[in-house]
Amino acid sequence: MSKIHVQCTINGEPTEFLCEARQSLLEVLREELGFTGTKEGCNDGNCGACSVTLDGVLVDSCLVLAVEVEGKTVGTVEGLASAHGLHPLQQKFLEHASLQCGICTPGFLVASKALLDENPNPSEHEVRHWLAGNLCRCTGYDKIVRAVLDASGTAE
Amino acid sequence: MRDFEYTAPNTLREAVKLLSEKGESARVLAGGTDLIVQMRARRFQPERVVDIKNVPEANELTLSPRKGLRIGAAVPCQRIYNDEGVKEHFAGLTDASMIIGGIQIQGRATLGGNLCNASPSADSIPALISYGAEAEIIGPNGKRKLPVEDFCTGPGANALQPGEMLVAIHMSQPKPNSGAHYLRFIPRNEMDIAVVGVGAFVELGGRSKSRVFKTVRLALAAVAPTPLPVPEAVAALEGQPVNDETIAAAAAAAQQVAKPISDMRGPAEYRRHLVGVLTKRALIGAVKRANGEFVPNAVQSSGHAVYQLS
Repeated sequence: MSKIHVQCTINGEPTEFLCEARQSLLEVLREELGFTGTKEGCNDGNCGACSVTLDGVLVDSCLVLAVEVEGKTVGTVEGLASAHGLHPLQQKFLEHASLQCGICTPGFLVASKALLDENPNPSEHEVRHWLAGNLCRCTGYDKIVRAVLDASGTAE
Repeated sequence: MRDFEYTAPNTLREAVKLLSEKGESARVLAGGTDLIVQMRARRFQPERVVDIKNVPEANELTLSPRKGLRIGAAVPCQRIYNDEGVKEHFAGLTDASMIIGGIQIQGRATLGGNLCNASPSADSIPALISYGAEAEIIGPNGKRKLPVEDFCTGPGANALQPGEMLVAIHMSQPKPNSGAHYLRFIPRNEMDIAVVGVGAFVELGGRSKSRVFKTVRLALAAVAPTPLPVPEAVAALEGQPVNDETIAAAAAAAQQVAKPISDMRGPAEYRRHLVGVLTKRALIGAVKRANGEFVPNAVQSSGHAVYQLS
């Protein structure tokens, strides 16, 4: 079938691309647009490695069709750091050694930022509940939770 | 995933036309958290996908004392459990919609999709049945309504005919002195599929010292081929005083009616045991809420709610 033209905004930049209806947002981000920070883990909505925001709502990009983002705003991990340096969450992940292999890290960062945007001072229970949709198979969760709690209140 | 024609109609009429033209080879897309996974696994290979998120009627979430609660089929869980009116009047729905997948899933997944997917273990369906919810359906022959308890016809099968779609789910606003609770058992804290789930709704009568069950609705998840209403437990309660004995009798009736199977999530006898435990807890939680007491859900409590009548 013929390709579909989609216009959206990614990390604040107006973007357009061509895709097939069957392609996920994850596939287009990584393979057509070069946003390889977003990772493919399970590709069925369990692991959260592909987390992005869609009009500010945290979603798994493997479960969004690329055609569905027409006219919408997408936020990926590449949008976290600014010209002035790392996002406070990124800094705290480094300080707390909250990553080993790093595959889950972009998803955790995007999910944590979405949490702090909505709830700047979460309890530990709230952090753990919010991050339940993100799986880490090496570091474990304690260091990640500590980094998020440390960043809370300081993140933008 | 095989390619398909993607359509995103702006009106119900257009959506029905697009669905009718393709019959069985068209699928409705709402949140996509089930459909996209199923298409990728080649369980469904539709020629046409009809995205209903631009259809206004499917995006409405409205609540009024007179007209009750109407949840458009494309409204995601997050919008439902963050709605102040839903929180106040439909706590049983909040319980269920907060535990479907993780936050990422809840930003997309809809109760309409949870219903149409017709999984025996769907969390929202017993809660919807306990509120006496009705499915609003539209198709080439016009509109019709169907009680949610009659909507699922088997695992993954529903009562929609080719060309039909679910538009919204409707339920009346509960009367004063009523409360509801949905509970499930999973072996972890989050992100799992119910081993057993129980949704209970009660409306209480009588004086505050001698409450009686006026209206009761109870439904079970994951113990039958479809979400299972339990009229036998209701019959054991209605008109009876609120106490541990009557609640135990209802739990025993629910255990009798459940037809669990043994699978990777647990053996049948374990599930039958859980039906008893969770039915008591769901009823006690519903009674407490009917009395104006705070009963935390699985998210608020991390599993430490106290289920005792007084």
